[in-house]
Amino acid sequence: MCLGVPVKIVEIEGQDALVESGGLRQKIRLDFVPEAQIGDYVIVHAGFAIALLEKEEALETLELLKDADVIP
Amino acid sequence: MKKEIITLAHGSGGKPTQDLIENHILPRFGNPALKQLLDSALLECPGRIAFTSDAFTVRPIFFPGGDIGKLAVSGSVNDLAALAAEPLFLSASFILEEGLEIGELDEVLESMSKTCAETGIALVTGDTKVVEKGAGDKLYIASSAIGIRRQNPDPHPSLISPGDAILITGPVGDHEIAVLQAREHFFRELELESDCAPLWPLIKSLLAAGLKVKAMRDPTRGGLATVLAELARASRLCLQIEESRVPVKSSVLAACEMLGLDPLYLACEGRMVIIVSEESAQEALTILRAHPLGAQAAIIGEVLEKPEGRALLSTRIGGRRILAPLSGEQLPRIC
Amino acid sequence: MLSLETNKVLESIAKMDVSAHFMEVCGTHTVSIARSGLKKLLPESIKLISGPGCPVCVTSQSDIDYAIALARQPGVIVATFGDMVRVPGTETSLLETKASGGKVEVVYSPLDSLNLAEAHPREQVVFLAVGFETTAPLIARTVQLAKAKGISNLSFLIMHKLIPPAMRQLLQMKEVKLDGFLLPGHVCAVIGSRPFLFLKEEFGLPGVVAGFEAEDILLALFMLAQQKKEGRAEIEIQYRRVVRQEGNPNALKAMEEVFEVGEAEWRGLGIIPHSGLVLRQSFSDFDARNRFSLEIKDSREYPLCGCGEVLRGVLAPQECPLFGTVCTPDSPVGPCMVSSEGSCAAAFHYERET
Repeated sequence: MCLGVPVKIVEIEGQDALVESGGLRQKIRLDFVPEAQIGDYVIVHAGFAIALLEKEEALETLELLKDADVIP
Repeated sequence: MKKEIITLAHGSGGKPTQDLIENHILPRFGNPALKQLLDSALLECPGRIAFTSDAFTVRPIFFPGGDIGKLAVSGSVNDLAALAAEPLFLSASFILEEGLEIGELDEVLESMSKTCAETGIALVTGDTKVVEKGAGDKLYIASSAIGIRRQNPDPHPSLISPGDAILITGPVGDHEIAVLQAREHFFRELELESDCAPLWPLIKSLLAAGLKVKAMRDPTRGGLATVLAELARASRLCLQIEESRVPVKSSVLAACEMLGLDPLYLACEGRMVIIVSEESAQEALTILRAHPLGAQAAIIGEVLEKPEGRALLSTRIGGRRILAPLSGEQLPRIC
Repeated sequence: MLSLETNKVLESIAKMDVSAHFMEVCGTHTVSIARSGLKKLLPESIKLISGPGCPVCVTSQSDIDYAIALARQPGVIVATFGDMVRVPGTETSLLETKASGGKVEVVYSPLDSLNLAEAHPREQVVFLAVGFETTAPLIARTVQLAKAKGISNLSFLIMHKLIPPAMRQLLQMKEVKLDGFLLPGHVCAVIGSRPFLFLKEEFGLPGVVAGFEAEDILLALFMLAQQKKEGRAEIEIQYRRVVRQEGNPNALKAMEEVFEVGEAEWRGLGIIPHSGLVLRQSFSDFDARNRFSLEIKDSREYPLCGCGEVLRGVLAPQECPLFGTVCTPDSPVGPCMVSSEGSCAAAFHYERET
């Protein structure tokens, strides 16, 4: 099941990280996002982070919405 | 010091059994009926009665926010409260596994005693049996309870009519996720307690204000969605709720995301779905919220005439879909 | 989560007055669409069709039977994602096998199988590796860790499949008229959007990589409808906050090191060349098919099961004659009704008549 909610990295120890979401903490692996830092948001799948959230791209989505006349 | 444990001798009916009853059970439940230790409790029942029966096999027996004992009392009380029946008498039969630490049994009994006192229900009779190691998982409890029906007519799906409001007394799913975490330790940290609680005091406050309750159900196994589907089918009306109005704690939502669970189908053990007339909805909400057990109560939807017998969900983006009763996989030993 | 005036997006789509059939190829999209009630909010002229997006559903019956046969072997513990447990094989299921004494452990992460193997040194643990490109890197890494740790009692039944070749196969079969695709958000997080350029280049079809919130899917549909209106065929990314054109190089590297591409048998689509993953020679010790030479005879699907056609988008779940009568989540005939990402399960749970 693909999980859509990004979770926040609160601790890193080598390849392991502790992520937090809604007051819940889970241990995951960072093998595929070695550049992740504490405070970053990642997408987690079955115990591994598979993507790092990019702030710039999030902003681009807003641009798209403006184009669609959905937001002013 | 070696811990005292339950042995097969405790189930034989002889001195060890008597010892268990007189030194562990009796001191915690002081009422005249129980103290007589007759084969049956002799009771006076002033009025029309409601009678319920339950069995509890939750694993593990201790979890954040409660234990199997508190659960047994709460579960039975809530089955009575759902019919607006004031809980009076409780029976509890304990199936003990050989090897269970007596200290753990004492903790469970203590918890039951406390929950009974909070509610005003008296444990008046019961039984203890011991099974060999491996034939039972630490402790199972079978309970029955008697209550006095306090609303006339009793709450019943046939009383529900189009326009009625649907309320829930608090956030859904806390119990199931708390127990799951206690059992499987999926998460490193999860600050969540079971919502396990006896709800009679909350329901009593509604009745005391003169409110007529149309129907109630506690969303245990199968959760909110299953209860709504059942009520819709029984009343032959449509129960429609709004996704954005159902209270769910952020930790429960996060756990559901991680585990692929749906909060609408998670078991609660201290919540009630309450249906009242449109006119009484606001008052009901105010009364519920004034009580600690109903602090996060919410109006989540309404009753419609059609489609007949269906529970529906109005989604966040404005779509509409059915709420089917839970089918397929269910987490075992949740209550 | 996006905060979005969904009404305005829906209005914009309606104003375009576009007629189109779009297919999603990701089980999580199928479920999200069903749960949000999105289909009925779209204009009548836009139809959504579910494709082969559920990895458990597209697993062949003989692979399912192989997994069940493993669970029946004495001294074997089968570790699996929860989804596989209730899938009906030719004779039985993993769940029934577990009820009759077989050892089946549901795990949340493939890493759990490492712990399981270490905790049961005298038993053989086999992990059922099902999943598309989102999951394959995880198993790749787990295999690497197993090798590095010298764990000798763990092996993997590799059933991983690749989405782009299945889409090509489906389009070549020309059974369903399609105008574009919602592309799988997390598969693309791993492999990027470039592997889907063939849609534009070989078939002149647009594709938009979509996230999983209802709002994401709605926006992606807006982008697809706009492309259709303007006569364009591009591969675009709606899910920009997570997906890059080049994907995740670290995940791709792990896959490359551990797996090579081979043919695979897909339920509903048959054998497709270059559509599955196989362990490389250097990791062949960890291949359960090498460690256990089990022969599976007479693997067959239930004769009237419509899963194959549902997976190809030829039949909508409700159009299968067995839907909701003979075949339900409590008594499933095929995987589509019992997998949490199955089209039939989603239709049964969320889309029966309102």
